Amino acid sequence: MFTHKLIHAAALIGAIAFTQAASSQVARFGFGSTATPEELSKFFSIPPDGRGLPPGSGNATKGAQIYAGACAACHGDKLEGNPAKGIGGDKLLGGRDTLASKAPVKTVESYWPYATTLFDYVKRAMPFNAPGSLSDDDVYSVVAYILSEAKIIKPSETIDAKSLPKVAMPNKDGFESDPRPELQLYH
Amino acid sequence: MSAISTPTPDNQTQRMIDDMIAAEARYLSQRATEEECACKDGMFPSRTPANRRNFLFAAGSSAGAAAATLLAGSAIAQQTPAGAKNFDVPADPTKEQGRAVAADGGYGTRSQFETEARMRFPTANENTSWSFTPLDKTLGNLTPSGLHFERHHGGIPTIDPAKHLLFVHGMVDGPHKYTMADLKRFPSVTRKYFIECSGNGLTEWNKPTLKTVQGTHGLLSTSEWTGVQFSTIAREVGLKDGGAWVLAEGADAAVMTRSIPMEKMLKDAILAYGQNGEAIRPEQGYPLRLLLPGYEGNTHIKWLRRLEVSDKPFMTREETSKYTDLLANGKARQFSFDMEAKSVITFPSGEMKLPGPGFYNISGLAWSGRGRVQSVDVSTDGGTTWVPARIESVPEPICTVRFSLPWMWNGQAAVLQSRCTDETGYIQPTLKQLIAIRGSNGPFGSIYHLNAIQSWGVAADGSVTNVHA
Repeated sequence: MFTHKLIHAAALIGAIAFTQAASSQVARFGFGSTATPEELSKFFSIPPDGRGLPPGSGNATKGAQIYAGACAACHGDKLEGNPAKGIGGDKLLGGRDTLASKAPVKTVESYWPYATTLFDYVKRAMPFNAPGSLSDDDVYSVVAYILSEAKIIKPSETIDAKSLPKVAMPNKDGFESDPRPELQLYH
Repeated sequence: MSAISTPTPDNQTQRMIDDMIAAEARYLSQRATEEECACKDGMFPSRTPANRRNFLFAAGSSAGAAAATLLAGSAIAQQTPAGAKNFDVPADPTKEQGRAVAADGGYGTRSQFETEARMRFPTANENTSWSFTPLDKTLGNLTPSGLHFERHHGGIPTIDPAKHLLFVHGMVDGPHKYTMADLKRFPSVTRKYFIECSGNGLTEWNKPTLKTVQGTHGLLSTSEWTGVQFSTIAREVGLKDGGAWVLAEGADAAVMTRSIPMEKMLKDAILAYGQNGEAIRPEQGYPLRLLLPGYEGNTHIKWLRRLEVSDKPFMTREETSKYTDLLANGKARQFSFDMEAKSVITFPSGEMKLPGPGFYNISGLAWSGRGRVQSVDVSTDGGTTWVPARIESVPEPICTVRFSLPWMWNGQAAVLQSRCTDETGYIQPTLKQLIAIRGSNGPFGSIYHLNAIQSWGVAADGSVTNVHA
């Protein structure tokens, strides 16, 4: 009994001590430190509304030059992909109207629902041998080139933070949210 | 519309399947030689240690460069099995002293006689590829950390934990950054969970393709994970109203990103730094990975460096163009996160050979991303009759269980199957049921989330093969 009371008292004291040590409003551990805007400025992730797209712009003509130097080795001169050993670059063009066929071909042109994703991914992880090395203007241009070759935009169009989110991809309505568990399995 | 939009068969995909079949055949032929066994009896290896060791030494010097490349990590390509060291084998270990205590430098290796290894899928590019856990050889329920399956999109980065930071920002009251030391000061949880790649079994939609359970189911592994709950960090930074999604970002060359529903993050997400009692392995995200129990493996972002709270998903490349399930009608399912109930018999399984009629202990693994395994049934007649299996480990939520069933084989052809029921009452479906819903377009069907019942055919001569029954 005595021991029990002692433990109870100790627990109470502990609780009080913790409350006093914590901030006046909410108990927080307080580990870590504030992330500054400068630190956060190096990060990006671009949703379909284009939030976070950087300044700058590009077009297909400039993009063709950048593509030839930085992308063609893996994705092919005609954006047809390169399955060679050690490379394995995805095909970027073609495949429209194949998605419901027996041989679906999933490419940027046929499958990707948002042009913003293309910008985000190229800036993030391309080119494969030097990820994140392209300037924002270069990324805009490469994106413009791929979209233009895919006949999604006109070759003359300028792509920037304003125009990119407005690009309508051919498969923009091709996705539905996961309906599982599948009710058919409960027949 | 351009000329290029004419429908063409996806040759690249077909080539990948052919390469995989060839690579598995090479892997199997090497392994058969290794076991110095006339038959394909993976279950009863006739091991003569001294000869075996000599053989491995010989193989080490003679293995061709091609074999070494294709079978990197396999014992045959090197002097000693990966993760082991070679020692002389005394004629009688009771007649001389063994090795000195801690002569291994204080970190142990596995026995030189154990050769289980992961097998890499022969994608053209070795940095964006995957490797399979040898489920036919692993024991019990947990996967050894060194055999945990891998899927990387930009190789395995080397990260100094002293310099690694986790940023938490977006729709929060106070954006924060945490060092690994900071994260380890928070209260932690330790839980056993499986991780399964949603591409596990992708080659098996249309016909039996790979021969072994390592190939058909090896993108599944189970570990004990230790880390901080996201909910703990959420209280620290303060969540703003309307924060419905969290972007997780990795510090690898792919700068991998996935958007995760806030509901899931607050339910059971762990920022994990521990795996099986030690720091997470580099291939598993050292020093920090996201753990999302029951979600497809790709969402468990490795080398985690950033969490951004948002009102909407970001529609990253992985969650639009890659990890989506294209159905026969041309529409694709998105955010198909759950890994549904599934099971597989690992013994006997493909490429094994039963020496003759008699007693066998059928054994396998069962799991569900929606909770505990409730029960497992086994059939030896292709699903006509089912018998409840014995559950050999205590079922835990979203963790594999080992099951078994004693079986007297009468020497006649049989088809072995297992079927998992999870605690929600969901019953693992047949392949026919799944294809009726999702279609079978293209060489890989709808690719992801194949959780159908697996069949192993046992022929009268005892050989076991992958079949669709």
